[in-house]
Amino acid sequence: MSAADTTTPAKVPPPRQAPPPPPKDRRPRGQRTSGGASAPWLLLAPCLLILALVMGYPLARLVTLSFQKFGQSQLWGFQPAETVGFDNFAKVLGDGEFWAVVLRTIVFAAGAVVFTMVIGMALALLLQRVSGWLKMLINIVLVASWGMPVIVATTVFKWLFDSDYGVFNALLSKLPGVEMIGHNWFASGPEGLAVIMLLVIWGAVPFVVITLSAGLTQVPKELEEAARLDGANSWGVFRFVTLPVLKPIIVMLTTLSVIWDMGVFPQVFVMRNGHPEPEFQVLNTYSYDRAFVVNDYAQGSAIALITVLLLLGVVAVYMRQMLKIGEVE
Amino acid sequence: MSTLPGAGRRKSRLGWNLLGLLVFVVAGFPLYWMLNTAFKPAKDAIDPDPSLLPTGLTFDNFHRALDIADFWGPVGRSLVVSLAVVVIGMVVGLLAALAISRFAFRGRKIVIVGILAVQMVPLVAMIIPVFLLLNDLGQYDRLTGLIITYLTFILPFTVWTLRGFIVNIPKELEEAAMVDGCSRTGAFLRVVFPLLAPGMVATSVYGFIQAWNEYLYALMLLSQKNQTATVWLGNFTTKHGTEYAPMMAGATMMAVPIVALFLLVQRKMAAGLTAGAVKG
Repeated sequence: MSAADTTTPAKVPPPRQAPPPPPKDRRPRGQRTSGGASAPWLLLAPCLLILALVMGYPLARLVTLSFQKFGQSQLWGFQPAETVGFDNFAKVLGDGEFWAVVLRTIVFAAGAVVFTMVIGMALALLLQRVSGWLKMLINIVLVASWGMPVIVATTVFKWLFDSDYGVFNALLSKLPGVEMIGHNWFASGPEGLAVIMLLVIWGAVPFVVITLSAGLTQVPKELEEAARLDGANSWGVFRFVTLPVLKPIIVMLTTLSVIWDMGVFPQVFVMRNGHPEPEFQVLNTYSYDRAFVVNDYAQGSAIALITVLLLLGVVAVYMRQMLKIGEVE
Repeated sequence: MSTLPGAGRRKSRLGWNLLGLLVFVVAGFPLYWMLNTAFKPAKDAIDPDPSLLPTGLTFDNFHRALDIADFWGPVGRSLVVSLAVVVIGMVVGLLAALAISRFAFRGRKIVIVGILAVQMVPLVAMIIPVFLLLNDLGQYDRLTGLIITYLTFILPFTVWTLRGFIVNIPKELEEAAMVDGCSRTGAFLRVVFPLLAPGMVATSVYGFIQAWNEYLYALMLLSQKNQTATVWLGNFTTKHGTEYAPMMAGATMMAVPIVALFLLVQRKMAAGLTAGAVKG
């Protein structure tokens, strides 16, 4: 794929124009049977095959693993893995620490999602009202923070909140009567997780703002005008015109945010230098901890499986939305 | 309040602009601080009351960052992995995207749900079986193993976004070409493919960035000697503490090219990702 033949012919939309010479070695051979029932399946085959291999098999293995006894000696092949029924689940579910982790994860994700969505919506609306040059500046910053590798963002936040030399403590200390230099944000779970939540929100808001901004341009102006003529104030217009039009996007964004925020891993893991303390554990780091630190792969798998099941409820909502989108085409 | 379009409007815009400026400063601050620390003399970084403005311009931190651990090895490996993943993902994903966006067939719905469902499974949940699988296959600590596993998140993403770009190309164009005597494949190659090219470029770049940025699998499936660029950034924290100024230089080297690429394609991507989201 040379850059030349993928980019140059792009600006020739009119239907009957002399078509650009076809690139020679393009693939879709399966399409020859125009309209035949086998064509789509031929096209899909490689994709489905790869997904079955790299996704289906590990998923199946995750399930079987969580019903086995599987530790170091099974990994090295000294002992065969034996099936132990629901033992792993019983152990996990009977553990008070696990429930604390579940609760912490849910509170963390809910907080992150709510803040992300509210701030994102507010910024999208704000962007419609600021001058063009400022809009451009904000957009650049948003896209830059969106595009920042998570690992880089985490590293930067670790520096911002450093107890001795972090600029955040220095800034807070400038307030009269506040002395924060040397304050360790990660000495307690809730404070540390609040910092991590801030990091997650900072990284997640841009996607929401940009998507919602795209959606806002599609809200019919006539509808807004009509509502205004009927005496609606700004809030009324937002509540009864803008929100309903944006609802599909909002549902999609919220679902994705829930999935992403329930799945935070590097942020916690790296922020705590690879060894999160008990009061920093969320479901994913906990599962990782059980598997790779305690070397109980089976229990780690059981926790991962429970996480997936928890998410399934959310995914169901998302799926319905996506199907609707797929339907209208 | 102000219904008059003149002065009142301008005044209210000033208020919004001030608010916008605040947003700009707050949202941009982490980026600014990364750059500021990366380019300031290392001794100025270790100040409990750091100056908010740049205190000098030096490249020492970058030299130090390159000294601490091999940089080009991890970058080269990340490049190989990301390019391989994108090429495989694009070829396979384009075929699948065509199938679900241009053909009506029995089972289409199930395929769509299946591909989307795959996207929803958290990567972390898969890490244990993937680790065991690669271990069994002798692919642990091999780039090929990493490439294969990255397809789990690149492929569904590629299929779904390419679908978004394809459905934005009117079917009538293809039909017109077929009326004019093109075969279905010919119509695709001459009409759809050229129009799809910008979307494909954007999707590739985006997929590349995703693969490049991945951390967990890279950490788990490769040993220290084969680490990729994201994991490389962890080298600045040792038992003796963290060298923040070189670390920010390292972070800058990691982030700037990626952010630049991202800025180039994000507009296109937003269009593809939201295609059809409001239409229904």
